Amino acid sequence: MSEQQHKSTRKSTGAEEQVETTEVDTQAKAKLDDDVDSILDEIDDVLEENAEEFVRSFVQKGGQ
Amino acid sequence: MTVRRVQGSEVEYGIAVTGQPHANPMVASTHVVNAYAAANGLTRRARWDFEEESPLRDARGFDLGRDVADPSQLTDEDLGLANIILTNGARLYVDHAHPEYSSPEVLTPLDVVLWEKAGEEVMRTGAELATDLPATTAGSTAPIVLYKNNIDNKGASYGSHENYLMDRQVPFEQIVEHLIPFFVSRQVFTGAGRVGQRQDGSVHAFQISQRADYFEVEVGLETTLKRPLINTRDEPHADPKKYRRLHVIIGDANCSETAILLKHGTTSLVLAMIEAGFLGPSRRRLARPVEALHSISYDPTLKQTVEYEDGTAVTALEIQREYLDAAREFVAREGSDADTDQVLDLWASILNRLADDPMQCVEELDWVAKLALLERYRERDDLDWDHAKLHLVDLQYHDIRLHKGLYHQLVRTGRMKRLVTEAQVQEAVTEPPHDTRAYFRGKCLERFSADIAAASWDSVIFDLPGHESLQRIPTMEPLRGTEEHVGRLFETSTTATELFRTITGR
Repeated sequence: MSEQQHKSTRKSTGAEEQVETTEVDTQAKAKLDDDVDSILDEIDDVLEENAEEFVRSFVQKGGQ
Repeated sequence: MTVRRVQGSEVEYGIAVTGQPHANPMVASTHVVNAYAAANGLTRRARWDFEEESPLRDARGFDLGRDVADPSQLTDEDLGLANIILTNGARLYVDHAHPEYSSPEVLTPLDVVLWEKAGEEVMRTGAELATDLPATTAGSTAPIVLYKNNIDNKGASYGSHENYLMDRQVPFEQIVEHLIPFFVSRQVFTGAGRVGQRQDGSVHAFQISQRADYFEVEVGLETTLKRPLINTRDEPHADPKKYRRLHVIIGDANCSETAILLKHGTTSLVLAMIEAGFLGPSRRRLARPVEALHSISYDPTLKQTVEYEDGTAVTALEIQREYLDAAREFVAREGSDADTDQVLDLWASILNRLADDPMQCVEELDWVAKLALLERYRERDDLDWDHAKLHLVDLQYHDIRLHKGLYHQLVRTGRMKRLVTEAQVQEAVTEPPHDTRAYFRGKCLERFSADIAAASWDSVIFDLPGHESLQRIPTMEPLRGTEEHVGRLFETSTTATELFRTITGR
């Protein structure tokens, strides 16, 4: 998301627009970081406990 | 030129009983199937009819002797394991040590998505119901958890297969020649992602495909050992003089609907070009296809090149682009339809974005979505690829429970695109497709399950009052028995006997 916005404003040369670009990027990055944090927070809530034991005990017989 | 053809999918699910790592998976799988059957009024539980099955028939023209076959290849022996037919025309059963759902025959890739997703719903319900069963030999009830994946990351792999009905006239060598480079490279969108490389996961790194490491030869009959890129099982479940059923075993089990659509849609298009002779009698062959399959899977940047026999180096995306360009040319000549346009547009779009930056497909493809999660964990918690938490994320991505599965978490929070609605999936759980023989099979089960002794892809066997022997209705033509063809029969028949008399004139 941030990269696309950056690309779309990269061609502009005016100083004002440069400032604006920086602001947009910062906001977008903050939003992205929030989003990343919230995904991991949500997943932390549902991940099985004791990862090592859980993964080790998942043993399957072969199939087709 | 169209993606439309008789096709379907089969998925073996990973199975675990919570807190009981040594629980017998065959018993647990049987509970899942039987619990579903009992709860859905499939009281008589029509058995699967094995008469037309011939898993040892080889497309190259010979039969593998039963005495030299590995016991795991004998799928037609009724082991007393659960095996039922659903009103949507699908088969729900226990295969080896896994519950398996084989979708009904459908005509479009989007319908594969729909009826495969219906299968996930069936499995989810079956597992929940089985968990509620009274305590069995284990001594206490424990949740049965199913995973729509292909590996335990310790060496075992179980399959997700595709089936495509083809013109029998096409020489098998042509199919092999044109499909190998296609199958080796299509993992860029069919891959489900895996933490670990090599069959036993001993190399700690990510790879694109769950199944790639388990393919060891180019062509063969086996499905459980020395797995081949092209499986030669010749079991058409239809008129063998007209049709071949191409049994494709080289695919990952996809949660992503986009991946399922593209897997079936692009493969169906390539088969259409092969049938029409459009790809020519020969194409450039890969120098080392099995090695190429593995090396492409090991590189999520998609920059890895593999060699054609003439020494040219190509990436998987470039190979896919060759097939896409040919398909576009073919469509320009032969015409198209809406289903085909959907597949072609999505295929082009995905290949373009993967070439630009794979992360652009994070809301559409399994391996990209999984890799994105893993990379975030690695960054936040500073984890190496051998960390158990990353293995857990890999595994739990495929947990089919809505509140636990990470794929479902992404869907629920709007981070994974869907192609079908939940209402459509719910309908497909009980309704058969209307445009193949699955309609006849499904409606027979829905209306007259008490009078059906057995059924299979190519027959329905009635046990009718007043008849001493069982009465078999063959369904060898997959495009007959559609709603258009037999819909009125079900409207006018109030009993199985009436239906049988109308069909047979007896």
